[in-house]
Amino acid sequence: MLGTGPRVTGPEPALILDALRKDFPQRGSLFGRAQAHVRAVDDVSFEVGPGETLGLVGESGCGKSTLARMILRMIAPTSGQVLVGGKRVDALLHSEVPAYRRKIQMIFQDPYASLNPRIRAGDLIGEPMAIHNLARGAELRARVADLAAQVGLSSSMLARFPHEFSGGQRQRIAIARALAVSPEIVVADEPVSALDVSVRAQVLNLMADLQAERGLSYLFISHDIGTVAYLSHRVAVMYLGLIVEIGPAREVLRRPRHPYTRLLLEAVPVAHPRLKTHRREVLRGEAPSAGGVSDACPFAPRCPMAQDRCQVERPLPRVLEGHRLVACHFAEDTPDLPKGITS
Amino acid sequence: MLQASRGSAPNLLAVEDLTVTIGRGVSVATILHAVSFDLKAGETLALVGESGSGKSVTALSIMGLLPQEGHVAGGRIMLGDEELLAKSRSELTQIRGSRISMVFQEPMTSLNPVLTIGRQLTEGLQFHRKVSRATADARAVDLLRLVGLTHPERRLKQYPHQLSGGMRQRVMIAMALACEPDLIIADEPTTALDVSIQAQIINLILDIKERLGAAILLITHDLGVVAEMADRIAVLYAGHVVEIANCLQLFDAPLHPYTEGLLAAVPRLDQLVADTPDRPRLAELAGGMPSPGEHPRGCPFTPRCPIAVPRCAVDMPPLSFVDATHSVACWERAPE
Repeated sequence: MLGTGPRVTGPEPALILDALRKDFPQRGSLFGRAQAHVRAVDDVSFEVGPGETLGLVGESGCGKSTLARMILRMIAPTSGQVLVGGKRVDALLHSEVPAYRRKIQMIFQDPYASLNPRIRAGDLIGEPMAIHNLARGAELRARVADLAAQVGLSSSMLARFPHEFSGGQRQRIAIARALAVSPEIVVADEPVSALDVSVRAQVLNLMADLQAERGLSYLFISHDIGTVAYLSHRVAVMYLGLIVEIGPAREVLRRPRHPYTRLLLEAVPVAHPRLKTHRREVLRGEAPSAGGVSDACPFAPRCPMAQDRCQVERPLPRVLEGHRLVACHFAEDTPDLPKGITS
Repeated sequence: MLQASRGSAPNLLAVEDLTVTIGRGVSVATILHAVSFDLKAGETLALVGESGSGKSVTALSIMGLLPQEGHVAGGRIMLGDEELLAKSRSELTQIRGSRISMVFQEPMTSLNPVLTIGRQLTEGLQFHRKVSRATADARAVDLLRLVGLTHPERRLKQYPHQLSGGMRQRVMIAMALACEPDLIIADEPTTALDVSIQAQIINLILDIKERLGAAILLITHDLGVVAEMADRIAVLYAGHVVEIANCLQLFDAPLHPYTEGLLAAVPRLDQLVADTPDRPRLAELAGGMPSPGEHPRGCPFTPRCPIAVPRCAVDMPPLSFVDATHSVACWERAPE
């Protein structure tokens, strides 16, 4: 959706999404022909600058993971393009794929499922370097030990298997593995959601430190607005496959202009019982599953501000307050958040 | 010891020195160490802890649902003036679902997929209250309306897979309310849900508590949910209750270094978007919780504790009062 509107630009972006769209066929029966399409990601455009973290928030089913899978070439977009280092990732020559993989890496949510249980930690971290012929022998071992130290693992741990590590330590292994090829961009899909609170802080701080040291770009995908607020420079909010609001983290979170962003923030539990000064306005109902294409604003059925216009005309993203894009006809009328949530 | 200090209302639930072990012979490990807390009628107590702290084992012990390897090695669980640990299996069956009920974390797996919602909702009523099928059905419709489900009559005939996660959790809550229990144990009731649905369920539980006056034992790792719902909080670490306080007290002036660390480790939206030029760095608790097998002799928090003294490594401090409503198990924060 944002593709058709004006774009907010910064320095030469590390990652560009341009009018990215993904339709999945919906079949009436198991072997039947596709009768309709479900639009999981709809005209998504944004950029992630070097050294920048873009936080992507949204509830389950909004299309966040589908988006990540297209960026990582696990599925092909229906239309639109992903550019990494200026090259379309869906049109890479076979010989160009390794270079692309060295530019962009991924950290997954579940460090229990994403590490091969039969490979030792040291080999897990070294494997990407071996595959890409970046080092071998003694040099490889030295670089593995170096990476392990950077993520806070001692070299004595490298001979262990994944099951001998705690969840937080496994996520450190996964981070070291992602960094082994010195990528420019890391896509992190809920990287701390499976971790305990006290361990979560360790991993978030590690990610912040590594970004500062290496100038990494992060696409940080999470349903948890607190962790997104902690790491992100900019935030994008997704609803039913659309980016409904995108802009500087502090501005979007403090003064959301899309009614969905506002209600999402209002739903976040307070950080301190003293902030619990009012009964929250809750988002009514549940997000419908992604559907076909219609002219209405997809949020209209749940929107407290919806008017007749929203039923017939899908709002295009508009620039608001200089730096942000909001896809709502009545963004100027969105009431401010009640005191206590972010003020 | 705890009940003497707070008001004169009798306790609805009192857990006293509950010790639970798991395994047998040489592989036996203690997972709850003399856990004590109490709960009055209409009160919400949050049992807060990370994975492995023993919070779910505490809930299962109260319900009499410990897995086979689990074994209560000592202590008492009093519901009113009845000792639950001394009850026979059939006596417990009468209490469970009737006077104590439970809302589980995963509404996906804790509802029976092959029974209709109506059947699952009325089962407890017909068993405990000996009401007719028609009365139970009518009550089930009321309950579904109470938990905010639309078209309750139609829902009775539906199966769990036809409902969304949030709707299933509402059904779980309706089931827990069916026999108007005195105590509802809610084990991570909102963890599997999206924030917007989580907010709906939190509001629902708060509403129901106000209307029905049931006490709630809320088991969670999420301090935000605690801030929204709890009257009092007990913090569990490696099978020990390390701090108990009123909700505001605990957030305003935590005493145990673990509680402090936990509160500081959560990114706070209100502070992150404040006008300060730099974002505050999250405080970290180094290391992780010991597993039950490698439990050290003294305070289990010692290896991660910023204020540990030599004594901590050998002696576990008792939970002692610092004022009428606040107790802590720490040699440095509650000197003898």
